This record gives sequence, C-alpha cells and structure tokens, in this order.
Amino acid sequence: MGAGARADRQADPRRDEAFRRELEILIPHLRAFARTLAGDPTAADDLAQDAMMKAWDARASFEMGTNMKAWTFMILRNQFYSEKRRSWRQSQLDQEAAERTLVAIDDPASPVALDELRLGLGMLPLEQREALVLVGAGGFAYEEAAEICGCAVGTVKSRVSRARRALQGILVRGDYRRDGAAAGEAMGKILAHAERLSNQR
Amino acid sequence: MNNPRAPRKTSPSSSAVDEARLRQQAIGVKLRQMFDAVVNEPVPDEFLDILRRGDARRSEKS
Repeated sequence: MGAGARADRQADPRRDEAFRRELEILIPHLRAFARTLAGDPTAADDLAQDAMMKAWDARASFEMGTNMKAWTFMILRNQFYSEKRRSWRQSQLDQEAAERTLVAIDDPASPVALDELRLGLGMLPLEQREALVLVGAGGFAYEEAAEICGCAVGTVKSRVSRARRALQGILVRGDYRRDGAAAGEAMGKILAHAERLSNQR
Repeated sequence: MNNPRAPRKTSPSSSAVDEARLRQQAIGVKLRQMFDAVVNEPVPDEFLDILRRGDARRSEKS
C-alpha cells in the first residue's frame, strides 16, 4: 500500500521545486513529532528521514495547496506503525526500553520539570500520546489530528482528554519515578516553571 | 444526562476545579515547550541531503 501514483502526473521540475521547499520547512516539525513517537533521538531521526523519503516519492499524489504538514505527519505516523508492527514481538519490551532511553537521554542542562513531563508522556498509551502531541503541541485541530490518525474526531477528542487526565495523574503522583522520590513534586515544579514562563511573556 | 462539561451535581469546590485547570494549562505550556525545543534544533545535514539528492535515492544512511 504505497505511493504508486507517480505515473499519474508527469515530472514537473517547477512543481518538484515547490514541493521540495515546502517539505524543507516541515523538517523540524517532522523531527519533533518523530521524537515524541520514537523517544530515542537517533531512532526518531531515522524515522523522520524515512518519512521524508516516502513523502518525496509520493509527491505526485500530493495536492499542492492542501495541508502538507498534516499529510507528512500522516506518512510519518504510518511509517512508525508499520515498522512497529514488523517488530511486534518486541513491543512488550517497548515501554521498559522507552523509559530507559528517556532516562538515558536526559539532558542535565534542561529544566527538571521538562524531563519529568517527557517521562510521563512516555508512559501514556501510544494512541493517547500521539493525540495529545498533535493537538496540544503540533498545532493541529481535532479534525486534522483525526485525519492523521485515521480515526473519528470524537475518538481523538476522548484520547486527548484521557491523555491529559492520565498525564496529570502521573505527574501529581510521581509515578514516573521508581526510586520513591516525593510524590507530587513534579507537578509543583511544572506549575512553578510554567508560571515563570508565562510571566516572561 | 451526564455531561462531563457540567460537573454541577457534585459541585466540587471551585478552588479544586481552578487547580485542575491550572495544572492542565501548565502541562500544556510544558508540552509545547518540549515540542518546540526540538523544532528549534538545527536541522542535521542528512535531512537536507535527502532533499538535495531528490530522486537520486536513499543510498547509505548514517
């Protein structure tokens, strides 16, 4: 189930160039989305690059002037899930591995609360995580997120709200930690830091 | 009947509702910040190479 629509339209250098420019602008966003799916930055960049190549190959099937960001995000997401399906045996280890990776890539320079959010996000079921990221950070409307995820708008809405509740619960209870550090501390830090940020604006 | 938007029957203290909303806002801010941090990273050359190569195919990555 790939592109294949290439023969429909003749190669048009001007159109290709326009496509290329638009795709280039989207690279940072594709990387960010991939990072939230794959966790490990190297795997995420591989995923984003594969998605870019897929998008380039399928460019003939893209309707110029429509939402290329949503289109490329959908390609990236499909790529992620098809790779994941291929290695489904490993999926039970994914959660554990993701947590280990997330801990391992902790940037000591970044604010503590951000790391904790990242860990909490990594604990959400994938379908909730992607919905929350698309709507809450990617700037997509529910309708667009539904299209990207291939599900109903109502499904996206309920996933986002479940994700929000779950994430808040994780952060308030301090579930993301195994070492028995003070529960609720993360939420306090996040609140304090968010307050500082909004005061800066 | 049970509209989740209207938690009136139980009427939780409004401060609890406020606190929950504040938490959600804070999480939203952090979430965007986390995403934007990656968006603002410089794009690695390999990505631009893909575009430059165009049709010249994937070849050896990394």
